[in-house]
Amino acid sequence: MERTAIRRRLTWQVATVADVRRETETARTIVLDVPDWPGHLAGQHLDVRLTADDGYRASRSYSIASAWDDSHGSTIELTVEQVPDGEVSPYLVEVLKVGDPLEIRGPVGGWFVWKPEQEGPVQLIGGGSGVVPMRAMLRAHAVAGTTPARLLYSVRRPESVIYVSDLKELAASDDVDVRLVYTREAPAGEPRVGRIDAELIEQYAFKPEDGATTYVCGPTPFVETVADLLVAAGHDPARVRTERFGPTGGPR
Amino acid sequence: MSDYLDGNAAAGALSELFAVDLTAAIAQCNGCGQTTVFAESRLYVDAPGMIARCAGCDTVLLRVVTTPTNTYLDLRGLTYLRIPNS
Amino acid sequence: MGIVSPGFTGRRGGGTDLPPGQYLTHEFPVLSAGPTPHILTDHWEFTVTTETGEKYKWDWAALTALPAEEITKDIHCVTRWSKLQTTWKGVSLDTLLADVETGADFAMAHSYGGYTTNVPLEDLLDGQSWIAYEYDGEPLHPEHGGPARLLVPHLYFWKSAKWVRGLVLSDTEDLGFWETAGYHEYGDPWKEQRYAGD
Ligand SMILES: Cc1cc2nc3c(=O)[nH]c(=O)nc-3n(C[C@H](O)[C@H](O)[C@H](O)COP(=O)(O)OP(=O)(O)OC[C@H]3O[C@@H](n4cnc5c(N)ncnc54)[C@H](O)[C@@H]3O)c2cc1C
Ligand SMILES: [Zn+2]
Repeated sequence: MERTAIRRRLTWQVATVADVRRETETARTIVLDVPDWPGHLAGQHLDVRLTADDGYRASRSYSIASAWDDSHGSTIELTVEQVPDGEVSPYLVEVLKVGDPLEIRGPVGGWFVWKPEQEGPVQLIGGGSGVVPMRAMLRAHAVAGTTPARLLYSVRRPESVIYVSDLKELAASDDVDVRLVYTREAPAGEPRVGRIDAELIEQYAFKPEDGATTYVCGPTPFVETVADLLVAAGHDPARVRTERFGPTGGPR
Repeated sequence: MSDYLDGNAAAGALSELFAVDLTAAIAQCNGCGQTTVFAESRLYVDAPGMIARCAGCDTVLLRVVTTPTNTYLDLRGLTYLRIPNS
Repeated sequence: MGIVSPGFTGRRGGGTDLPPGQYLTHEFPVLSAGPTPHILTDHWEFTVTTETGEKYKWDWAALTALPAEEITKDIHCVTRWSKLQTTWKGVSLDTLLADVETGADFAMAHSYGGYTTNVPLEDLLDGQSWIAYEYDGEPLHPEHGGPARLLVPHLYFWKSAKWVRGLVLSDTEDLGFWETAGYHEYGDPWKEQRYAGD
């Protein structure tokens, strides 16, 4: 764990795709083998760089979906949601295959992270692929967390849920409370269809006086809306950490 | 339209230059004096370079331009960056 | 240096007659270095300040009363996309600067929102540049620089300042927003003058 504290400048390095896993029709998890991976904190991301044979390049950021512990050896996981007409995500979801090289730069970002020694409850609010860094946080929490954690996860429809089996497992455990919100279509037995609103925050999120740290992640408009709702509900903006994925960031 | 990211997203580019993570540093804006974590600034990446602006007053806090041979770093919008010793 | 990503081509078309290192796009990508200013035409003003400090001003009515031209030009963004045969309507800077008395060699374009870019004055004259307020037959959208932007299509597109509010003329060349951060002071796409020193 302490290896993450080593100070060093970073640059691009070549990882190898060790495995790929379909999560939904439009998302998949990519397992990367990275020699000398220094370890990472839950919530950190990395940058991916693609190079065409004529030198043309494109790079994008992706959150790390796996939590780090030494037993993982040198593998990490990313989960990518395909954005229609996107330049990079369709390549990562449809083209990249096991054995291919992938250039990455990371782990980076020391703010949108959860550390086991952190005080107070953890509130996670994710929209679409915004759940990716939260999965790493929940994994880390399952191993070392002692404070209560809640996940509010907004998706379009039941088929858009990524990490289904993980979430089922977590929902069954006592230390994490998982609540799914469906914005377009809900499964049988779930009457509510619609975006996260003030009432839902009031009902399912920790209260301002609980002293929780809240992490909000997803497409930029989702993050704006939720962060505004939290502040309007009396949450201290200093305890709300956000990670905007950009204008689309995949379906919510 | 909200066309910006959080300052967090600058972490990769800045990690090529600095051994410490500047996105978790406390930053003071030269424009309005507001003090926040750099990660909470607004980052514009759909541009010829990377630009971070103060979330309070839109002052340009930082610019990074990477050319094939050099990286230009402009920090003039920051009164200071405070980084914990560790 | 680096590797090739097997099967990656990127979102871009090939180029006939494109400047070196450019790729064809059919969209009109929106680049933004800051929040998009929303300027009402009622409040819009364009000011030319000469090297002696003399000011010439146009409000929206005055600008749109001037003879306008239909312009069809290729545009080249330094982020490597080029778009062919874009159509604009606007007032030539020859018209705007006709009665401005100056011996200056350089201009700095200033925009609402604080953006600046430097252009030699001679590149703004002789039918090379416009204050454009229509794109593709429609009023210029704020995200593309409306109500009005500078249009200097023979230079990289960062020179075509969005939300333009004025020109400051001077005898010496100062550098603008991108030019002070490593971009080329002139920016000729055909000479691939992307960065300082190119
Ligand atoms: C810190 C961070 C972490 C991230 N983590 C993840 C992750 O774990 N998983 C994940 O799937 N994604 C993640 N993202 C998002 C990811 O970086 C990419 O933005 C995403 O994959 C889309 O990239 P693309 O190249 O496929 O799409 P792009 O080619 O960038 O374009 C996407 C679509 O958006 C449109 N578009 C582009 N710009 C605009 C605009 N200004 N307005 C409107 N539409 C626009 C395009 O036309 C296109 O249709 C993260 C982003 C950040 C900043
Ligand atoms: Zn400020």
